[in-house]
Amino acid sequence: MSTAAAHGAHADAHEHHHESFIRKYIFSTDHKMISRQFLITGIVMGVIGMMMSILFRLQLAWPDQKFAILEFFLGRWAKGGVLDANFYMALVTIHGTIMVFYVLTAGLSGTFSNLLIPLQCGARDMASPFLNMLSYWFFFLSSVVLCWSFFVETGPASAGWTVYPPLSALEKAMPGSGFGMTLWLVAIALFIVSALLGGVNYISTVLNMRTKGMSMNRLPLTIWAFFFTAILGLLSFPVLLGAALFLIFDRSFGTSFYLSDIWLNGVGALENVGGSPILYQHLFWFLGHPEVYIILMPALGITSEVIATNARKPIFGYTAMVISLMGISVLSFIVWGHHMFITGMNPFLGSVFMFLTLVIAVPSAVKVFNYLTTLWRGNIRFTPAMLFAIGLVSFFISGGLTGIYLGNAALDINLHDSYFVVAHFHLVMGSAAIFGMFSGIYHWFPKMFGRLMNNTLGYFHFWLTFIAAYLVFFPMHFMGLAGVPRRYYAFSVLPEFNVWLEVNQLITVAAIMAGFAQVLFLWNFFYSIYRGKKSGPNPWNSNTLEWSTPVEHIHGNWPGEIPTVYRGPYEYSREDREEDFYPQHIPGDDEGHGHGAPKTKTAPVHTEEAPAATGGNVLFSALKKVLGFSPR
Amino acid sequence: MANQTSATFENQAMWAGGRSPFNLSYGKLMMWIFLLSDAFTFSSLLVGYGAIRFSYSGSAIPWPDPSAIFNHFPFMHGYFLPLLFVSLMTFILILSSVTMVLAVEAGHRNSKKEVSKYMFYTILGGLAFLGCQAWEWTQFIHDQGRLDSNFFGITHQGYDHLKQVKFGDHFHWNPGDRTWGPVPFASLFFIVTGFHGFHVFSGVVLNVIIWINTIRGTYERRGHYEMVEKVGLYWHFVDLVWVFVFTFYYLI
Repeated sequence: MSTAAAHGAHADAHEHHHESFIRKYIFSTDHKMISRQFLITGIVMGVIGMMMSILFRLQLAWPDQKFAILEFFLGRWAKGGVLDANFYMALVTIHGTIMVFYVLTAGLSGTFSNLLIPLQCGARDMASPFLNMLSYWFFFLSSVVLCWSFFVETGPASAGWTVYPPLSALEKAMPGSGFGMTLWLVAIALFIVSALLGGVNYISTVLNMRTKGMSMNRLPLTIWAFFFTAILGLLSFPVLLGAALFLIFDRSFGTSFYLSDIWLNGVGALENVGGSPILYQHLFWFLGHPEVYIILMPALGITSEVIATNARKPIFGYTAMVISLMGISVLSFIVWGHHMFITGMNPFLGSVFMFLTLVIAVPSAVKVFNYLTTLWRGNIRFTPAMLFAIGLVSFFISGGLTGIYLGNAALDINLHDSYFVVAHFHLVMGSAAIFGMFSGIYHWFPKMFGRLMNNTLGYFHFWLTFIAAYLVFFPMHFMGLAGVPRRYYAFSVLPEFNVWLEVNQLITVAAIMAGFAQVLFLWNFFYSIYRGKKSGPNPWNSNTLEWSTPVEHIHGNWPGEIPTVYRGPYEYSREDREEDFYPQHIPGDDEGHGHGAPKTKTAPVHTEEAPAATGGNVLFSALKKVLGFSPR
Repeated sequence: MANQTSATFENQAMWAGGRSPFNLSYGKLMMWIFLLSDAFTFSSLLVGYGAIRFSYSGSAIPWPDPSAIFNHFPFMHGYFLPLLFVSLMTFILILSSVTMVLAVEAGHRNSKKEVSKYMFYTILGGLAFLGCQAWEWTQFIHDQGRLDSNFFGITHQGYDHLKQVKFGDHFHWNPGDRTWGPVPFASLFFIVTGFHGFHVFSGVVLNVIIWINTIRGTYERRGHYEMVEKVGLYWHFVDLVWVFVFTFYYLI
């Protein structure tokens, strides 16, 4: 009521100053525009990365087949229609780089952190809109530099997305170690700047710019996820910067941080002495492992929001969800060694890393069970966003289980660098995170563009992608268990792996199917921006603050005063309400209640008081509090 | 209704919106967060330094003793003054941190004159430090330290020679005292002190901007000197990092 009045009273207070095209669409400081910029750039990069994957899948399925069309598009990279081996390495490298950094870090977290942090916290904009704009433009520049590396003579970086030395440190190691590698490092340095500028902004906005009443324990789980993601990025990307700095000096200025004596046939071939390539791996994975969660956690946050909204139920165990995010964040910094079990690591150290890695299963399982229990007996609306969120849960389970295998040092030594690893991370952070991103796009499309996406196309998109993703990645487990190594150009010279040729063909067909499914999405996305059905201000009957803003984007988000928040974000299906939702900004008689399950009007005031503070009781009620149980 | 809500908010715990936590402005909060992040960058360099250095323990070419190498002082050519010059540099930088504190304190009293005075001293300290570093680098390069080679390996004969000299004695290396030493010693010197020097340089640039703004009365009109506090945070951080660099690279 008060907000409705405020809308009317303050509508004229907002000045409609004219903005030039450049200020509005290009160098915009408005977080909603920056979020759309991140999304569109992310989608473009995603399409590039996906097309690369189809190219190298073609090679893996039909290694000796000549595709004349490839020569037409790729020229000397596919002479006679067969993909060049060096270019194959470049493709897997850049596919990984693009998907990990440009799509699932910047495209996912950049888009939704920018869109939702101010809107869901109740802020006019980011803490520093200018730095926010810089963050996008550094990202854009970084994307351009990375794509530029396709047009240099020796080709793009080819040392795998982890760019281990010595392949990345010696300029003449392989064609892809040349200028393309330098451009990769420049691109990543720019990317790190962008991530830091973004992260500084996200954290300070969440901490300092919340509206009245929006206490930390009333934040939607999306914001919690973005908050922890930003912290992870802020603490891990600088280490990659240090690693890249050493690498740049090794490449260009003759130092030997990552190079020790390299001998060829018993003769010292290079002058480099004193460094260690393992040092790079340590520094890289100190970023690399948190990076996995930088990718995954925003998707988990989006899923929490979408599942609760569409199951019309409070999220199960709000506090547990927050604590598990926190647990994952802390643990992610101390498990990087599990990527390096075969580097000759001290077995004791290996078992420490193994233990810590397996501990991550606990918060992850808490999240999964909370998703399932939120869905349990919910009044579920199967919107495309909801399907993608459930798809994420599916991938998170099936990919997460193989993580327990790989976390075991004894098993990992066998499975390292095999297709098992490829299957594992593509399910648990690739597919899961991209499904979270799709879920977010379908869910917040009305907020971003004021229109709805087509549901039917959305269903087709979901089912095709979901089935194709499992068809692509599930067989890879068996290949990996049989010892098929990853990153190999062709198995035709290794007869023992040729039995997998038909499976490879199946995978490639499924990958192409997934590619076509994304065409449906792209059509749906771009068509709906202009021609989609107009959306109301709150199309999903959601509780969170972003749906209290007008459909048309305005500077400062709310025309009048910023609404005040009266309750947690997940008050769905309350018995004392006619509607099955209770937006955070609508005043009511339950002010002061935090999150948690709804409380009825008739409930006695002191239900939660413990009868007697025995040790067991205290522990149990503390446990209940931690797990977010409360009597319904 | 308005009364009702404000009453509610007085009871709200857990940072119920507004300028919280710690009653920091978002600008200062951002600076703190940035510094935390930057601390990790320096940590990665220092961890790399530690890993490489420890890989030389027990090696045939031992890590050189820094005090045997950094023993020069301007205008005192030929005297054995180990670590004296770098101690002076450290002193200068810490002193400039002190003047920065005084500038921030003057800012709290809105004393434009004193802020600009102490900012000027801070800038002077930063420039002096950078000058010292330039001299130190020159000396190091003059003594055959390069990114890709290091003539600071000290032989047994050299160590025997060193044992006999005392602080302030006349000193010069005998032929055969020095040999080719661990290359990373030299490369790390340039990377670690260079990266820190780059931070000091950025700090001086920031300080100059803030100083000019102070003189032009920007902050006086604004009513507060928070920008001085923000660059102050950065400056103290750079100072603190130097303490670590000094400890790990020169002292240990």
